Amino acid sequence: MAVPKLEQLSKSVVQGPSLATGAIPTRDWMDIPTVFKEGNYAYVAKKDKVEYLDSQKGLHFPNAREWSPEDEDWKLPENWKEIIINGLKERLDKFRSLKIFMDCCVRCGACADKCHFFLGTGDPKNMPVMRAELLRSVYRNDFTLAGKILGRMAGAREMTVGVLKEWFMYSYQCTECRRCSVFCPYGIDTAEVTMMLRELLHLVGIGINWILEPVSNSNRTGNHMGLQPHTFKDNVDFLADDIENLTGVKITPSFNRKGAEILFITPSADVFAEPGLYTAMGYLILFEAIGLDYTWSTYASEGGNFGLFTNNETMKKLNAKMYAEAKRLGVKYILGGECGHMWRVLHQYMDTMNGPADFLEQPVSPITGTVFSNAASTKMVHISEFTADLIKHGKLKFDKSRNSHVKATFHDSCNPARAMGLIDEPRYILDHVVDWVEMPENTIREQTFCCGSGTGLNTDEIMELRMRSGLPRANAVKYVHEKHDVNMLSCVCAIDRATLTSLMNYWNPSVGVCGVTELVGNALILEGETRGELDEGLRTML
Amino acid sequence: MKYAFSFLAVIALILIAWAGSHIPGMPYFFGVFVPYMAIAIFLGGFVYRVVQWAKSPVPFSIQTTCGQGKSLDFIKHNRLEAPDTTAEVVARMLLEIFTFRSLFRNTKSELHAGPKITYESSKWLWLFAIIFHYSFLMVVIRHMRLFLNPVPEVLAFLDWADSMFEIGSPSMYMTTAGLIAGVVFLFSRRLVNRHVRYISLANDYFPLVLIFAIGITGALMRHFLRGGIDIVAIKQLAVGLVTFSPVINGEIGSIFYIHLFLVSTLLIYFPFSKLMHLGGIFLSPTRNMKNNSRAVRHINPWNPDIQPHSYAGYEDEFREFMVEAGIPVEKELPAKKDEE
Repeated sequence: MAVPKLEQLSKSVVQGPSLATGAIPTRDWMDIPTVFKEGNYAYVAKKDKVEYLDSQKGLHFPNAREWSPEDEDWKLPENWKEIIINGLKERLDKFRSLKIFMDCCVRCGACADKCHFFLGTGDPKNMPVMRAELLRSVYRNDFTLAGKILGRMAGAREMTVGVLKEWFMYSYQCTECRRCSVFCPYGIDTAEVTMMLRELLHLVGIGINWILEPVSNSNRTGNHMGLQPHTFKDNVDFLADDIENLTGVKITPSFNRKGAEILFITPSADVFAEPGLYTAMGYLILFEAIGLDYTWSTYASEGGNFGLFTNNETMKKLNAKMYAEAKRLGVKYILGGECGHMWRVLHQYMDTMNGPADFLEQPVSPITGTVFSNAASTKMVHISEFTADLIKHGKLKFDKSRNSHVKATFHDSCNPARAMGLIDEPRYILDHVVDWVEMPENTIREQTFCCGSGTGLNTDEIMELRMRSGLPRANAVKYVHEKHDVNMLSCVCAIDRATLTSLMNYWNPSVGVCGVTELVGNALILEGETRGELDEGLRTML
Repeated sequence: MKYAFSFLAVIALILIAWAGSHIPGMPYFFGVFVPYMAIAIFLGGFVYRVVQWAKSPVPFSIQTTCGQGKSLDFIKHNRLEAPDTTAEVVARMLLEIFTFRSLFRNTKSELHAGPKITYESSKWLWLFAIIFHYSFLMVVIRHMRLFLNPVPEVLAFLDWADSMFEIGSPSMYMTTAGLIAGVVFLFSRRLVNRHVRYISLANDYFPLVLIFAIGITGALMRHFLRGGIDIVAIKQLAVGLVTFSPVINGEIGSIFYIHLFLVSTLLIYFPFSKLMHLGGIFLSPTRNMKNNSRAVRHINPWNPDIQPHSYAGYEDEFREFMVEAGIPVEKELPAKKDEE
């Protein structure tokens, strides 16, 4: 799908007739049908991927088939409506959040212009309140007295194929970033609504390939890229070779090693593609510098969890590998790399789903002796917490000038910021390794804007949508680029490293993207190094 | 259309009460039966709804953190926005409930040529929400003086404080003005703000119009139609209602029955509407959970039994590659036959 030219899209965002630019639609939203055309939807899951997942114990992905959203007939099961309504009832009984969020919204509109998808597309159905109304209207119709009596007058509508299509469109134009929930006076979290919508859609066989293929890869090979064990090892070994070429220090990482003190898990994208590769090099350099006794795993080689973007059962199944592997290898605890949604799962779900991890020990930094009491139960520590602690105790020697080619800013990833409260640790690290500035205050910390392509929307066929929804983030970067000559957008998220790169290439081509640990690795002085001038740090081509 | 419907509905309610109160015998219906029924439905409905919510478990720890979580001791913890203890959660909830803290954060985004997006603080909604809710609360508390004999001093004091500016005679209550002004703002906002206008339902306009009518009829009774009502009889009825011995002496006046009928309607409507946000806010998991989910295990009562794709299965599939790449395995490759 061709992406519109920059000038074209810039104009369209501001002048195009949309609710965000001042045009009020003349028709009621319930009367506006959803139209699918090339470019406005992500490709649906391939039949064999759905079949594979449905065959896995504990997972339920029925109705595998060849189909397209552009077709009139979505080849739904005959009793699809019953499945959806029963599925909704089941979820109302399982999730208090869903019930409360269906009942309490007063439509005050505080969330309306907080959503990056709404700001970028101006589509009224991308206002968080409206996204929830898509489901709430059906809920009213089938589960509330007022809705049953007053029908449409009370905002109720019957579940139809049209509604189902609308759900598909708009539950995949939400990245579950939770920015709206910060501003909602009742804390209504659209991520919860979107999750429920996606769960319901999977019940009748509606899902996208960019999520289900990574899920099946993660299940089978251990990581979403589908890297088999030897390839995964090769990739990391390549990075170690690169480090040796750059610094003269030979690093020999270990894999699936029993008896290591720590199991290290990071998103597999870090060992697969730029610019994540440099972040992975940062990890290797950091661990070498402190002589950490750790191992990688090829079986649990994915930090990210694409299951989070499907349903809670799949999330649990994928996540369970981490503890299973930690137990098998007999490590003391797990250290996790930089990733956004990965950390949402680890911080808010893992222990509940797959704990208690009583075969592990409360994490203690082997270098500083710091006890990570905030991870006492999950036994999983974030690399930024780990690194900040090392810096505080003076265990790392930096030469900040090695990052003098970089003027950085920092992008808070949605999940660490709003589902974890990991906000100042990366900043503390940046202060020690690089010259950096903050973006405007309404776009950082808990108010940070999503990259626009999270929750499995990082797929090329919806590039225009992604560039639109990423605009608020890109715009804030542009501001510091123009004002402070910022040339690097640092972050602690693997999806960001991929998606923000596309976003910067489009909106701010002179700004690069990196992980915080890349900057750490680059500034770190290794014992015995024979490092020359590296104009671009770890990215220097020799 | 949706707001017009709300006006029509409220006008109909007013007409019913006005006409009804003139039918002999009906004052007991509107003055005794309807209020009792309304209170019963309100209390029963409210409890029912809260119980219904509470019946569904909270399977996951889904707090929204709006600040730095508890971490290393040199990283400053934002105790209100990422609470770690019950006390901190209580503090966060109290601020949310009594000061509308999240709404206070509100910003307004604007798109400009470039494109350039700007955000500026926007506190009007917060301000009028505060004025509206606190005025409403005061009005409700003030009304308690009608039901109690003698009137407790604290109520008498509130009454005095509320009318201390002595505008008009009897002097106007500030909270009456606040309630009506709040309603008018919230209603106008629904018409003027294009985002809100597009999402507003009849369910959003109706309670505002209803409360507006309640405020107006109340003010009319106090300031303009005072001659037409019998305050002593109202007090007798009110005290009689709470002591379960209601009496209606003489002509109380239609405006009173209209006011009371509208209030009864609000009470009946309350548990089945979005007004239940009053109860829901206490149970909202993103706000009332601790951000200690890595330190203390949260229990999901329906946690399904799902095992990962096993390591054994994984090694079986890739063993050859693993051995070749020097990755340790649990089971060695079978000795090849032709290697004798």
